[in-house]
Amino acid sequence: MGEQKAIEMRGITKRFGSIIANEGVDLEVRRGEILAILGENGSGKTTLMNMLSGIYFPDEGQIFIEGKEVVIRSPKDAFDYKIGMIHQHFKLVDVFTATENIILGMKDEGKYNLKDAASKVQAICDRYGFVIDPQKKIYEMSVSEKQTVEIVKVLFRGADFLILDEPTAVLTPQETEKLFSVLRKMRDDGKSIVIITHKLHEVLALTDRVTVLRKGKFIATVNTKETSESELTEMMVGKKVSLNIDRDDPVDPKDRLIVKHINCRNIEGRKILDDISFTVRSGEILGIAGIAGSGQRELLESIAGLQKLEGGEITYINPANDKAEDLRNKTPMQIRNLGVRLSFVPEDRLGMGLVGNMDIIDNVMLRSYRKGKTVFLERKEPADLAQKIIDDLEVVTPGPTTPVRRLSGGNVQKVLVGREISSAPKVLMVAYPVRGLDINSSYMIYNLLNEQKKNGAAIIFVGEDLDVLVELCDRIMVLNSGKITGIVDGREAVKEEIGLLMTKSDNVKGGNADG
Amino acid sequence: MILNSAFLQNAAGAFSWATVALFLQRAIVQGIPLLYGSTGEILTEKSGNLNLGIPGIMYIGGISGVIGAFLYENSLPSRDAINPALAILIPMLCSVLGSLLAGLLYCFLTVSLRANQNVTGLALTTFGVGFGNFFGASLVKLTGSEVPSVALSATSAFFKKSLPFAGKLGNFGTVFFSYGFMTYMAIIIAVVAAFVLKKTRTGLHLRAVGENPATADAAGINVNRYKYVFTCLGSVIAGFGGLYYVMDYACGVWSNEGFGDRGWLAIALVIFCIWRSNWGILGSILFGGLYIVYLFVPGSLSTQELYKMLPYVVTLIVLIITSARKKRENLPPASLGLSYFREDR
Repeated sequence: MGEQKAIEMRGITKRFGSIIANEGVDLEVRRGEILAILGENGSGKTTLMNMLSGIYFPDEGQIFIEGKEVVIRSPKDAFDYKIGMIHQHFKLVDVFTATENIILGMKDEGKYNLKDAASKVQAICDRYGFVIDPQKKIYEMSVSEKQTVEIVKVLFRGADFLILDEPTAVLTPQETEKLFSVLRKMRDDGKSIVIITHKLHEVLALTDRVTVLRKGKFIATVNTKETSESELTEMMVGKKVSLNIDRDDPVDPKDRLIVKHINCRNIEGRKILDDISFTVRSGEILGIAGIAGSGQRELLESIAGLQKLEGGEITYINPANDKAEDLRNKTPMQIRNLGVRLSFVPEDRLGMGLVGNMDIIDNVMLRSYRKGKTVFLERKEPADLAQKIIDDLEVVTPGPTTPVRRLSGGNVQKVLVGREISSAPKVLMVAYPVRGLDINSSYMIYNLLNEQKKNGAAIIFVGEDLDVLVELCDRIMVLNSGKITGIVDGREAVKEEIGLLMTKSDNVKGGNADG
Repeated sequence: MILNSAFLQNAAGAFSWATVALFLQRAIVQGIPLLYGSTGEILTEKSGNLNLGIPGIMYIGGISGVIGAFLYENSLPSRDAINPALAILIPMLCSVLGSLLAGLLYCFLTVSLRANQNVTGLALTTFGVGFGNFFGASLVKLTGSEVPSVALSATSAFFKKSLPFAGKLGNFGTVFFSYGFMTYMAIIIAVVAAFVLKKTRTGLHLRAVGENPATADAAGINVNRYKYVFTCLGSVIAGFGGLYYVMDYACGVWSNEGFGDRGWLAIALVIFCIWRSNWGILGSILFGGLYIVYLFVPGSLSTQELYKMLPYVVTLIVLIITSARKKRENLPPASLGLSYFREDR
């Protein structure tokens, strides 16, 4: 490993209006190393890196590359300095092939020749061990393939410095391991890699050095070998945090929701849920693991009455009178009134459940506007509830009348989850509730779920972080291409085992899924 | 036109190859304005702009050419002094200028000011039709003519000039060689547009802008420039449709509202040929044929009115089929109708 400084940022400050995103941050990237930038959400990691990749321009401070001061004003400038960034939300055109995406925007001399470009792409793939089909369309690709295209795109432009923004957020453990081995290979090839993350075990497994940011300020840079998980957390959060999720034994579990043999097709006629049967019990958290798009969303929507089913039964056992009710012929409103609540955090966060242009109170009111007695809206109660959510969940907002769209992602999620939990549901379905949340807020959500569990709610938790699933859930059901490939006990489950169940039949199903 | 249809009705009585050839020829003549309009709109939509102002722009392109030709013809000492090159160039340049300004206006409103594209487009159509009628009526006043139309037959003669040997080739000549140059120009433009879209780097960048402007922006493509250039270019091409209609199809006679609803059919054609301008060539001939098929079927005036519905019925059916069809490549550009602003999240 060389000790040569390749990139140096000195005293970088960036403000957005009155908010200070970065304040006097120093950073140093060496040649041939993997550096982690660790910090909670809103600590300014991405902003700092966006200044290297030309998206933002620093208000103060200097950037040096190979000892020379440089000015980076656009993504193009960044490319000229051989800096490439892989954003968290992929910047790819869905209907283009991998090759078309990779050469997009390049103005190299010579004729426009897709065949040549494809073979150049193939050469890069062979060199680092990527597996992609240059002719495949992006919309036919899995998340990890898309990420590969993004990385190849940056390498194709000759980048020597790669910045990856939370690259593992959407990958399975196996895919993550594959990514890491590719990154190590690139490091050995002399490239410098910066990875933005808040997952501590990844930092320890992959990186050479760690730079910790907190609330936009530089805290420290340490050698990975000389640090530990608890030390890093303390630097990141600013106080000692217990990293264990509580898991009490279920109290008096009773069957609450019985799903039998449900099937469902998507618009294109592909089977998206295939003979799904399981039982959810009160006082228990049932985790659902699976690669994104394995049918999680459709399953939850089926229970909430939002999805058309092809046969099968969904029975809800009403705790008030132990009567079994068939949910299939009820409207979503009736199902909600039975106490079945769905809180789905989609990738774009605002897509479902909240209305971006409305404020927090109005969004809370979406669930209660029918309760009013007069034709006029009753705003007092929702306003109180909104204030309570803001206080309890520490939502950072100028006030309850701020449009939800203006809040940061994590705070949007708190409002969504907070609203659903506030109605004391009998069945609570949450999907990706901690997506993109920092450690503190994540644990706050886990505690809320545990509280609901203690109160006897049956909880379905769709998650993407397997570490959390095995720590939080009583049972974990694995979905794979719309089928259940296993239901394991959360106390005995091993991450790798679940990872295998998630991808097991991929080879067999692969052909089908593409068709 | 009236004489013409009476003639066709007589011809419709018995089947003959000559009738078929004539029908094809008339279908192509009818289709060319639609082809100009749809090629223009395809380029525009590929940049992510849904320009519903196209019908208006076609009016503007038509009347601008008419104004140019009118001024030129009137500036001549006698009709024999007309210069063939100028007779063609002046109306074309005026048409380009008119449609370009309309396209620029649309771009300024939707790209720079990020106004709603639907509203802007519809307003532009209303404006364009009114613009055409206003200046059309003014010209009629200037000529002091009895009929409410302006005739520019001298200019039109140059636009309609077909190859000299066309008449000697029988039905083959009728179908392939009996047109003025703007017909072939329309087909060439459509083929070139398809080639550029599919086979060039510019086309790739343009499609990226229409599909996902944020991605294009991050890749260093100037999104606004592509939107401006191709929306204006599309407007100019669509404007040629209006010019062709007056100068070639209508024999140089401008009458208000004469162009009718062809602009909307052009937009329907964009969907019909799923954003492929080379498919638009055949599509436009089909639409053109449906537009005039009533002249070729025997029947009373009242049944003819039913046949006149055909292009619209087909458009409806096409809309239903295309919206039921799910192949990703055949869907409209993903960010069609949305304005792009880098700092939005």
